[in-house]
Amino acid sequence: MVSAARRIELVPAEETERRARRDCSKEPELWALLDAVTDPEIPVLSLWDLGVLQNIERVGHRILVTLTPTYSGCPALVTMQEDIRARFAEAGLTDVDIVQVLSPAWSSQWLSQAAREKLTAYGIAPPGDERCPHCGSSNTHRVAEFGSTACKAMWRCDDCLEPFDQFKAI
Amino acid sequence: MDARAAAYAIGLGDDALVLGQRLTEWCGKAPFLEEDLALANTALDYIGRARFFYQAAGVNTGRSEDEIAFGRDAREFTNHLIYELPRGDFAFTMARQFLIDAFMVPFLDALSTSRDEQLAGIAAKAVKESRYHLRRSGDWMVRLGDGTDESRQRTIAALDTLAGYVDELFEMDSLEAELATDGIGVDRARLKDAWQRTVARVLEDATLPQLATGWNVSGGRRGIHTEHLGHMLSELQFVQRAYPGLQW
Ligand SMILES: [Zn+2]
Repeated sequence: MVSAARRIELVPAEETERRARRDCSKEPELWALLDAVTDPEIPVLSLWDLGVLQNIERVGHRILVTLTPTYSGCPALVTMQEDIRARFAEAGLTDVDIVQVLSPAWSSQWLSQAAREKLTAYGIAPPGDERCPHCGSSNTHRVAEFGSTACKAMWRCDDCLEPFDQFKAI
Repeated sequence: MDARAAAYAIGLGDDALVLGQRLTEWCGKAPFLEEDLALANTALDYIGRARFFYQAAGVNTGRSEDEIAFGRDAREFTNHLIYELPRGDFAFTMARQFLIDAFMVPFLDALSTSRDEQLAGIAAKAVKESRYHLRRSGDWMVRLGDGTDESRQRTIAALDTLAGYVDELFEMDSLEAELATDGIGVDRARLKDAWQRTVARVLEDATLPQLATGWNVSGGRRGIHTEHLGHMLSELQFVQRAYPGLQW
């Protein structure tokens, strides 16, 4: 079992490009504003952490935000769009367009090491990690392939006997 | 997306919407809580796909996704028949899901290389979900087939009923043939070997008899449906029929 600290982060190409878009952006303050917008179901992860936030650009006097959904039927996407508009509006920015793209297809591999650690601290096992987020035991089993939201499966710890969600690897 | 690809996308959207609706019928009624969540989540994936396909088609035809989903009668739906069959018991729902998941994985994999970027994008996303669905429905086939006498008998009965509806999944009409030649659509006939291998392996693990062949029905892509689709649409479309254009 590889410990979290020693886990080597293998970053897919499309995720490297996404991070580069942010790093090279001329509008870092817009990205920083949206760091306050989190997944409505997992409030410790920002849309950036989750990989849903693909790009922010200025097009003329308007702001164009590009999102990619986690799952085809993820109902949280509507709330995310409302939250983005509300966050920009608080900063006085109301000329905002939000588009949804499907390519590249979202992957749980886009979660950064920091995002994985936030998930564990919140009580959700990160994708591919079968250890109990409550006590750290590896003596766990999957109860169901699906959980309380589209992105999670249900697990149970056989040591501390607590149930927990695991972020699905996809 | 040209008119041919839009018609193709609507057919694929209809497959997804009709199956998604059948799966939602389990909401609150599944055998236990975990399955209730799993079926509802699978339904969400399918309804999400239907929306993507309808949105892609709608750009060309000038219709909204709601108009496409709620504004057409049964004869205008072009889904394959297997998707519209009533949900039946849990064994029937899972047996159908398994046969479809085993088809969806190679189908979406092939569609993800389509020359149409929208179709390719939808497929690349959906194939990941279908791989996940297949793992679960395959596991269920083993649990049901190799479970109690009752679960086994119900699963065998379900497979007997479904056997006649699977050939349609591999049928090509003239539109699909043309699109396959152009690198936009998928040649379904070429997927059958891969599908048969998956099905045969899982049914063997499940100690279930292999699918019987000898009869098959088709007609969905031509708008010729079973009696069940109209009943389903009367529920699915009720609100928009009663209050056209309603939003909430
Ligand atoms: Zn534990």
